[in-house]
Amino acid sequence: MSTTQASLPAGRERPWAESPPPPRPRAARLSLSDVARVGGWGLRSRPMRVFLSALGIAIGIAAMIGVVGISTSSTNDLNKKLSALGTNLLTVAPGTTMNGSNAHLSKDAVAMIANRPEVISASATGTTDVKIYRNDHIPAVESGGLTVSAARTDLLRSIGGQIVDGRWLNGATSRFPAVVLGSETARSLGIHQAGPEVQVWLGNRWFTVVGLLAHNQLLPALDTQAFVGWQVAEKELSFDGYPTTVYTRAKDADVEKVHAVLGPTVSPEDPNEVNVSRPSDALAAKQATDSALSGLLVGLGGVALLVGGVGVANTMVISVLERRSEIGLRRSLGATRGQIRIQFLAEALLLSGLGGVGGVLLGIGVTGGYATYQGWAVLVPLWAMVGGLAATLVIGGLAGFYPAVRAARLPPTEALATN
Amino acid sequence: MTFAAHPVIELAGVSKLYGDVAALVEADLVVHRGEMLAVVGPSGSGKSTMLNIMGTLDLPSSGTVAIAGHAVDSLNDRELSALRAGTIGFVFQQFHLASGVSALDSVADGLLYSGRPRRERRRVAEAALRRVGLGHRLLHEPQQLSGGEKQRVAIARAVVGDPPLLLADEPTGALDSRSGAVVMELLHELHEAGTTVVVITHDRDIAASLPREVRLRDGRIEHDAGSPEPRALVRAGVAR
Repeated sequence: MSTTQASLPAGRERPWAESPPPPRPRAARLSLSDVARVGGWGLRSRPMRVFLSALGIAIGIAAMIGVVGISTSSTNDLNKKLSALGTNLLTVAPGTTMNGSNAHLSKDAVAMIANRPEVISASATGTTDVKIYRNDHIPAVESGGLTVSAARTDLLRSIGGQIVDGRWLNGATSRFPAVVLGSETARSLGIHQAGPEVQVWLGNRWFTVVGLLAHNQLLPALDTQAFVGWQVAEKELSFDGYPTTVYTRAKDADVEKVHAVLGPTVSPEDPNEVNVSRPSDALAAKQATDSALSGLLVGLGGVALLVGGVGVANTMVISVLERRSEIGLRRSLGATRGQIRIQFLAEALLLSGLGGVGGVLLGIGVTGGYATYQGWAVLVPLWAMVGGLAATLVIGGLAGFYPAVRAARLPPTEALATN
Repeated sequence: MTFAAHPVIELAGVSKLYGDVAALVEADLVVHRGEMLAVVGPSGSGKSTMLNIMGTLDLPSSGTVAIAGHAVDSLNDRELSALRAGTIGFVFQQFHLASGVSALDSVADGLLYSGRPRRERRRVAEAALRRVGLGHRLLHEPQQLSGGEKQRVAIARAVVGDPPLLLADEPTGALDSRSGAVVMELLHELHEAGTTVVVITHDRDIAASLPREVRLRDGRIEHDAGSPEPRALVRAGVAR
């Protein structure tokens, strides 16, 4: 006797009792494409609801992708800038003395630094007390925050500056009343070209504008300065001859070492009275402050994703309630509990996957828009896109699990009775 | 050696209780392959309970049920589902056709859980629709079909896998008399082609028109007329 043979009460004629039992029925598997089709079927019939609940997921993913994409694009842009500008520039400026007064760099600080073998070049500027004006009718107080600095003729090489018009100071022009304007200085004075006829009022006499500098990304402080020759400054502008900033290019491998020895080099007795800084670090630090905002946005994206997941769960619970008779019918057609479960799980996964794909596209769009506006190359890391999609599938699985289990547990008779 | 064939349905001492209410009491019923019978009774007589138990959609509180030789209480959910997929076709009063789905796809869904590939499911579905006289309605959706046509689509879905047993629950209940007659005609044709057909109905005329009539009242089988002689079936039994 087999286990499938019914044990029926005796006393009734059952000529088939000795017949061999039929083989146990075996449930067939649903193919993957059938699972996807059955799961997608529920979505097709309710497009508006699908759109709205996928939208929640999409917004969350888009926020995440956008944050990652924008910060990646901006970091990429910064790195490109830094490698173009060089990270081997160090500046030396006088600090304050022990008693609080302003310290001086020594007059031969440039020579001392340039003597070190790790140093490629060194140059300096020295701030003068005079102001620069477009002409002699401007009241003296309206100096516009522009400063006039004495500059050594080899400054351009150390700061990596670019001339947009005219030329930099040379041995000849630095003895005469000639001036080179930083980009912001030129803009605020309304000067767009250099030439013998372009004159500015500087220290109570006319100076000829011989050159215009391009904007310096690494040293934006240079943009608001005007540069005159060291000799003419000492002779005509009562400049004391002390350098206020020394610009040093070190060999790339020795930047740290030079950073450490610059103070003792220019001021062996009081190395603490010297401030050494690396402008590329400041640029990178500005980037780091942006990442605090990124953290906030990622948090917001996470909340949006959570809300989206709850939306998907809600949609699925309603879907199961509405489709009780479909569940009953499928059970009567031979669907196992597992096949009902996987149908609704597939539906939830498709729903959130749809939101995920939409979110990734939206995130790429946001990144593209912002990066293009900033003039950056658009860069969305692949791991962010794959991660975003994977996250939505996890969310869909979690959100769909409970409704799917409920659908599978529904007794077929109860499901069919609802109509 | 020749064995007698297992009956398609064998209920022995089957009772179903819902709380304190007995929906079915000590029901004994044997339905052999190729029979056509009506289970008739007023509402609340236990017809639907009996259908659910015969269709393995519900298990009895006591007694034993065997469908095509399978003792239902020894099968797990997967095996019961497979039994329904391969052995039992259901026709319901409310058709249960999804809106927006063509007749062809609805009928093909009847084979979804049989493990057959989609192309074949659609091909067989088309043949089933032609068999119920709807060859010209393959791509029509439910809202484009009359009530009688919808029920014929549902019947095609029930028999698309050629199940030995067809359970029809008030198949004409939602139809006018002419459509109902067409549907009954179709069930007779299926019976003549060898399918065992059980019609659950409250309609005495329909019940009287079938070869066998099982009358239910208050959960008990009151009358069973037209049951074939077991000995006759042994002679017709299949050899194994």
